[in-house]
Amino acid sequence: MISELLQFLFSGLTVGAMYALAALGYALIYNASHIVNFAQGEFIMLGAMTATAFVEAGCGLPLAISLAIAISVLAGIGMERLAIRPARGAPLVTLLIITLGVALVIRGAVQVTLGKGNHMLPAFSGDAPIHLGGATMVPQSLWVLGISVLVVVLLAWYFGRTVSGKAMLATSHNRLAAELVGISTQRVLLASFALSGGLGAIGGVITAPITFTSYDAGVVLGLKGFAAAALGGIGSGPGAIVGGLLLGVIESLAAGYVSAPYKDAVAFILILLVLMFMPRGLFGAKVTERV
Amino acid sequence: MFHHSLRQLVLPLACLIAGAACAQGEPIRVGAVLSVTGPVGFIGDPQQKTLELHVKRLNDQGGLLGRKVVLTVYDDQSDPNNANTFAKRLVESDKVDVLLGGTVSPPALAMVPYAERAGVPFVSTGGSLALVDPVKKWVFKTPHSDRMVAERILQDMKERGIQQIALLTETSGFGQSGKKEVHAAAAKFGITVVGEESYGPKDTDITPQLTRLRGLQGAQAMLIFCGAGTSPAMAIKNYAQMGLKLPVYMPHAAVNQEFIKLGGAATEGVRMPTTGFVVPEALPASDPQKAPSLDYYRSYKEAYKQDASPFGGNVADALAIAVDGIRRAGSTDRAKVRDAIESTNGLVGLNGIFTMSGTDHNGLKPESLRIVEVRSGRFELVK
Amino acid sequence: MTYRSRHAALGLLAVVMLAFPLFGPDSFAYDIAIRIAINAVVVIGLNLLFGYAGQISLGHAAFFGLGAYGSAILTVHAGWPPLLALAASAAATGALAFVIARPIMRLAGHHLAMATLSLGLIASIVFNNEMRWTGGSDGMSVPPLDAFGWTLSGEPAWYALTGVLLFLAAWAASNLVDSPAGRALQAIRGSEVAARVAGIDTARFKTRVFVLSAILASVMGSLMAHYVGFLTPAAAGLTRSIEFVMMVVLGGTASVFGSVVGAGLITLLPQFLHAFESWETLLLGLILTAAMIFMRAGIVPTLRAAFARSKA
Repeated sequence: MISELLQFLFSGLTVGAMYALAALGYALIYNASHIVNFAQGEFIMLGAMTATAFVEAGCGLPLAISLAIAISVLAGIGMERLAIRPARGAPLVTLLIITLGVALVIRGAVQVTLGKGNHMLPAFSGDAPIHLGGATMVPQSLWVLGISVLVVVLLAWYFGRTVSGKAMLATSHNRLAAELVGISTQRVLLASFALSGGLGAIGGVITAPITFTSYDAGVVLGLKGFAAAALGGIGSGPGAIVGGLLLGVIESLAAGYVSAPYKDAVAFILILLVLMFMPRGLFGAKVTERV
Repeated sequence: MFHHSLRQLVLPLACLIAGAACAQGEPIRVGAVLSVTGPVGFIGDPQQKTLELHVKRLNDQGGLLGRKVVLTVYDDQSDPNNANTFAKRLVESDKVDVLLGGTVSPPALAMVPYAERAGVPFVSTGGSLALVDPVKKWVFKTPHSDRMVAERILQDMKERGIQQIALLTETSGFGQSGKKEVHAAAAKFGITVVGEESYGPKDTDITPQLTRLRGLQGAQAMLIFCGAGTSPAMAIKNYAQMGLKLPVYMPHAAVNQEFIKLGGAATEGVRMPTTGFVVPEALPASDPQKAPSLDYYRSYKEAYKQDASPFGGNVADALAIAVDGIRRAGSTDRAKVRDAIESTNGLVGLNGIFTMSGTDHNGLKPESLRIVEVRSGRFELVK
Repeated sequence: MTYRSRHAALGLLAVVMLAFPLFGPDSFAYDIAIRIAINAVVVIGLNLLFGYAGQISLGHAAFFGLGAYGSAILTVHAGWPPLLALAASAAATGALAFVIARPIMRLAGHHLAMATLSLGLIASIVFNNEMRWTGGSDGMSVPPLDAFGWTLSGEPAWYALTGVLLFLAAWAASNLVDSPAGRALQAIRGSEVAARVAGIDTARFKTRVFVLSAILASVMGSLMAHYVGFLTPAAAGLTRSIEFVMMVVLGGTASVFGSVVGAGLITLLPQFLHAFESWETLLLGLILTAAMIFMRAGIVPTLRAAFARSKA
């Protein structure tokens, strides 16, 4: 009984960490611009796919991962420069469709260059399962959890201690005020896209050994990441993390205890209920709107 | 005027004189709807390449009935609604003489009503039994049905003395159909299903379901009815992670190199039914399927510099059946071609040897499925 | 939209629809036209919700699917006559929309998006899993539409039906937009708080528009099911919902005729891009992104503004 519960929790947390990283990507860009970036899932896929391509071409794993992260960061920058900046001032729904369009571009580009097959990265430290209290997990899960924690800590340091991080935080609180104190919100936006790209790539690379990847892997990831972000209160960093982990664990528990085919449905019903009773999400700030 | 008719005379004469294989006259048009992109694009893409290669070879050898064969392929993007639209486009705009396709069952099924209404021979490549059961006048199919696959697996289990199994199925159409067929046929082989779970084809974590199955008492084997893609590898990796040690069976959809590549060491010992052409080297020399299978792989590799996929075999067979039918009918008259296809007898295809009849529009027997096992990272024939 | 321009646009729509058969289209061309018409009606409804009332819905295909599966299940498993099944499904969908409208309409922006997205996904999961009723992932056959002893079959007949429905929907919607109710909707979109201050019962209006758009989608879903003769869960899936939203935004939010243009383009574009095979996704993405960057209000409003500027 306990070992069953432990098993569900382990898998749920691993999957949840992946959702959390995706949700953080959404939060970053939303904070800088109020845009929901539906191409976030593709950043994750891009990282994973390019990493596997480099590994299959003969690069060592560390080099492949670094290159993959670099490419995703470039993709983020490219997206901001070529798709978002030209559309400054456009209504939010237009920007939403633009992010969907960019998602298609990234997906289409990967499909054309890397094909439609499924790929996998080698696990960072082998496949031998670890046994813990009657439950098993693969070593890669520990990598996922560990690196996620590291990323969160680094982001907290960045936002709390560096000037550029604080500038980003300021922009998210009040854009106008930030501009008034001399913060280039333009550059903040660029940085947030670049950071989201990198974050996505990291997420993709650490989970590719477990989940495999393909050119269309970004769709589900983008969806779940958005769900996690909305659950936690989009725009909230801690909310994204809690939302992601919660979503993963709920799915796993639902699959184990309720009904596996309906596990996603259970998760979404719960999200609906949360939104109905806490319209701003779990951690969403109470916003006062000027009318 | 005189010059025009002179030219009409000169051209065929010139061809004859040149001795070149010169197929002229109205071309024969073959149309296909495949899912070249979308979730099952990895199945449809090699299918399209196979079709293009085989049509080209046919034309290089003189065409069909002395006429050139023109192939038109549309991509339904794994959406059955599009398949329906393209079937119409092929028949009405492109004026095809025969329809092929349906990479998976839903697009194939979506094309059936139109094919029946328009009276066009349709050799489909979807797996669902519903395509030919009940038999429809104009619709035929090439892959083994899910029922045959399920029965072949159960038969092998029975021969190994297995009587109780745990069942894990995908929630995709293929998995759901497999689940139904396994339940329907299990009693016939003296096998009981002691527990079952299901998972989504794109799920990245199947350990909850496997945890529940692990707790079952008395299961002697696990049957994982998965589709193709990442699903079989994901299932087997999670299975190994859980430390489960029962013999594992999977359906023919798992028989491809990607499964071994992604699943790694966990795939050792997994048994699957498959058509002979997937393991041609292992076939005895006397087997009529050996030569065409080897030729299929060789020619694909030569043309595309990639390994051929087993899924291409379905369309290769569909094309072969259509071509054979047209050849025997001697024309592209739809009713005649249909009758000719229905009387296909002993045609050696890649999936097996096809013999159709008025009540059997598939033409394959369960015996044409062999059992393979993964040993040392390769598929080896067991029987 | 002025009275005159509205009538001009409606007239143009009628002319195009009547002229189309004169070009001798084949089954395939009719098929495309029918699909455009069906999509356009759904999008007109969605645009009322989205463009005019400002309520984003990322799960609208669920209503489409409910109509489709409702009709399919009632006609196949319960033997009901198709028209009755269609009406019953529409009523049921409307009722469901009414029940969920209140709690959902309190949400804003992306939370509303997430809520509607969840609804859409839950619906498609249910359609996929309930094999006994829906045939599951492999789908189910749907009988043709017959009523009063007369069967609707053949593309030209379906074109006539869907064309008429489209014209009626466009006419009704453009009337609505210019009515007090329509102005109330636009006020809500402009600023919900201000609208409430002005005395508009925003909750009531939003609910009504939501229910109306759901019913429209349901009816068209039923018709699509009968037309194709075959139904799979993909009809109610996420991709379909996103496509509807793209049609709204590309054609022009808050524009009835933008809905028609958007539906036409998004339905037609893949057909043209097919020639490019594996480049199709990439090209579609590029075209969509470029279109939205350069015509940010959508095609019809941008063209209308450009036309007005050139006249001035």
